[in-house]
Amino acid sequence: MSTPVLDARKVTMQFGGLKALADFDLTLEKGELVGMIGPNGAGKTTAFNAITGVYPPTSGEVYVAGEKVNGHRPYQICMKGVARTFQNIRLFKELTALDNVRVACHHGRIAGFTSSFLRTRHFLDDEARITKRADEFLAVMGLTHRRNELAKSLPYGEQRRLEIARALASGPKLLCLDEPAAGMNASEKVALMELIRKIRDDFGLAILVIEHDMRVVMGVSERLVVLDHGVTISRGKPEQVRKDPKVIEAYLGDSYLEEKHIAVPPGGAK
Amino acid sequence: MRSLRVGLRSVLPFLVGVPLFWLLNGQLPEYFEYGLMVALIDVILAVSLNVVNGFTGQFSLGHAGFMAVGAYTAAKITLAFRGVAFLGLSAALSDQVVFLLALVAGMITAALVGIVVGMPSLRLRGDYLAIVTLGFNEIIRVIIENTPFLGQATGLSGLPRRTNLVWVGAGAIATVVMARRLLGSTHGRALLAIREDEVAAEAMGVDTTGYKVRAFVIASAFAGLAGGLLVHLIQLCTPKSFTFIKSIEVVVMVVLGGMGSITGSVVAALGLRGAVEALREAQQYRMVMYSILLIILMLTRPTGIFGTRELWDWLPKFQLPGRRRADEGQHP
Amino acid sequence: MTEFLQHLVNGLSVGTIYALIALGYTMVYGVLKLINFAHGDVYMVGAFMGFYLSHALGVDQNPSLGKAGLVFVGSMAICAALGVVIERFAYRPLRHRPRLTALITAIGVSFLLEYGFQLPAVVGASSGTPFPPGPTPRFFPEPFPRVDFEPLGVHISNYDIVSLLTAVALMFALQYIVYRTRFGTSMRAVSFDSSVAGLMGINVNRVIAWTFALGSALAAAAALLVAGSRPTINPLMGLLPGIKAFVAAVFGGIGNVPGAMVGGLVLGLAEEYVAGYALSSYRDGIAFAILILVLLFKPTGLFGAARAEKV
Repeated sequence: MSTPVLDARKVTMQFGGLKALADFDLTLEKGELVGMIGPNGAGKTTAFNAITGVYPPTSGEVYVAGEKVNGHRPYQICMKGVARTFQNIRLFKELTALDNVRVACHHGRIAGFTSSFLRTRHFLDDEARITKRADEFLAVMGLTHRRNELAKSLPYGEQRRLEIARALASGPKLLCLDEPAAGMNASEKVALMELIRKIRDDFGLAILVIEHDMRVVMGVSERLVVLDHGVTISRGKPEQVRKDPKVIEAYLGDSYLEEKHIAVPPGGAK
Repeated sequence: MRSLRVGLRSVLPFLVGVPLFWLLNGQLPEYFEYGLMVALIDVILAVSLNVVNGFTGQFSLGHAGFMAVGAYTAAKITLAFRGVAFLGLSAALSDQVVFLLALVAGMITAALVGIVVGMPSLRLRGDYLAIVTLGFNEIIRVIIENTPFLGQATGLSGLPRRTNLVWVGAGAIATVVMARRLLGSTHGRALLAIREDEVAAEAMGVDTTGYKVRAFVIASAFAGLAGGLLVHLIQLCTPKSFTFIKSIEVVVMVVLGGMGSITGSVVAALGLRGAVEALREAQQYRMVMYSILLIILMLTRPTGIFGTRELWDWLPKFQLPGRRRADEGQHP
Repeated sequence: MTEFLQHLVNGLSVGTIYALIALGYTMVYGVLKLINFAHGDVYMVGAFMGFYLSHALGVDQNPSLGKAGLVFVGSMAICAALGVVIERFAYRPLRHRPRLTALITAIGVSFLLEYGFQLPAVVGASSGTPFPPGPTPRFFPEPFPRVDFEPLGVHISNYDIVSLLTAVALMFALQYIVYRTRFGTSMRAVSFDSSVAGLMGINVNRVIAWTFALGSALAAAAALLVAGSRPTINPLMGLLPGIKAFVAAVFGGIGNVPGAMVGGLVLGLAEEYVAGYALSSYRDGIAFAILILVLLFKPTGLFGAARAEKV
């Protein structure tokens, strides 16, 4: 059994009196596609933030490819192989699509800061390599025609794809997508699902997806983790989870359960 | 052969620019030449500050403090080595060598102070960073005013006049070249990313604090250069030249020209200095008009004259790779 | 012991002045998240308005308590109006722009006041009260005769006592306004979230205008209290006190009203004691040293609250 790409153990995030995430456990192997669902405010993005280092976990541990990363700065965790997109798109608006992706390639450079002034050979090689790599990822996401346009002028769907291209270009082992289908219409969502699967197949990544759209997440994930109020209330294959009364209750409330005469197992109530 | 070509292209701007300034040196009416030199020093200040405020989006309000560090270092060196002739070199040539060393030393000390100030400060955001840098500016000034070694409030006088058009011109070229090359490099893009969205930049592998410090340090070094050049022009080194008012004047140049635009900083620095000199007669009204200009500018065109555009956006041959606009067409 | 008490008196004296000015900074920052660079210059304008009013009322010939009161209130009113005008024309149009833009505008307004007041006279050039007053320092007339006391060997004058009492009274009044009146609640609501406050029916523009008015009035009061005992005034007199008061506001937690008062007093006392017992020439640097220490170790200040960014 190889080292899992991600191993989060009992990660807890407490902000003052609020426990945003409690004893979160998650393991991802290479190539796995896992979905994270739950109502708004369930702690899904908090889990992302804990994994990517935006906030250090209050307690618990996060291992990326066997290395402990909690407490590390986000850029260090990125260099270890974790990349992410954001719930509210965070592109570099005033930079071109190409530049957005090239920034993600920055950490692979060889030549140092001062070499940019002297224009050494190493520096020029770096630049050529970075540009080539960025162009490749733009092509993968079908954005070559937008190469020199400012990110802010791209249509919404392409902005989301650009964010994914950027994240991919950083060379991750684990890709965390935060609501990648938000704001898309049905056909775009289908295309996105295919794209996510293709990325996993072509690049051999582990992918963790937060999504609200059930069809997207059920269609794409091999397994699911369900959060509610920071607590993991269910996990397993999509077919199992969708029937789990705890999950139904979390989304639809206990009145729905009563209506449908579904019994809630003891210990399942909020 | 490629290395040679790369090396040549590296120094090309100097090979072209420096002789140009050499030819002009001493040929212009003295009054105009003096004004031009002061203006070029302003160019160095504005472009270097733009690296921090414009490229990286960090609001530094203490640039004059680093000028002071560079100025005093350089002044002390030229004063110490006055009249000393190095082996085999004539007195005139020795003086130039000493001046070069003084300027470089000034840049180094300014850079070091930049690290000391930058590292703790750059953890702060926005307004707080502005205040802290202002505070450091004033502390540097207060320290100078209380240090006999640095001449206290009266300063160091009797500095030799070493600055001429060639030196200032070379300094300005170096600053502009530095900024442009930085902008067109992956390191520059890292700075821009920090400006655009620091959280995202960090998530994409950019060491944001490290880069903010780097930007700060390089800007401080060039501010130190400007300081060294200035005091050897006015032949006096006093703390009054380096108050936060001076820092604010540099910020105004950067904002007026457009934060993030090197061209803007150059044009604004030259333009403002030109306007100040032109209004010399109406000396008292100068500052009032300046302030009204500032207010009107902020109300009507806060992105400055150039915004983030550059002169070379209109000259395809000189563009930085990949920064073309949408109307440029496809690229394989 | 006497020295200690003397420093205490002096420190409180100057500290209350800083506190009054700091309140203006902190209230404006609270509602607008803007560092009003021009505030120190409103202080300066307050002193000059007092100067003009005093001469108009003939204070130098027949000083009286009534006239002094009139000058005081009149100057505060004029500065309140000035504050409202500045906000209306220089800051309000920029409310939705990045704060840097407004900051630079504030710098512009500051310069405008400083250098505008140094212009050659337009009105009354030959009289003793030209406007603009020009760069030369002017003498401020004594509103009432100065009497010195020396309890326990400590030098204190009736000016000091009046100044202290007035300042404290004003601070209490402000504290009351901010925490016990509906206006104060509106002001605090706007400082938490101005758009939501607007949705709750608060007239945000009016609250902000009144905030400026209050802050500017306090600055004018501070200037008059100082001008009484330090007789010369000049257009650049607001520069240093302005910055120091600002430091006091940051120290107390910018946006926090009691914090500004505490900050002002602490700064005044720190300046006095450090300058008195140790390095007198570093007096002006103390403010900046405090500033840097605060910002590096607790940027939100003594009573401030951090604002986190949602990722």
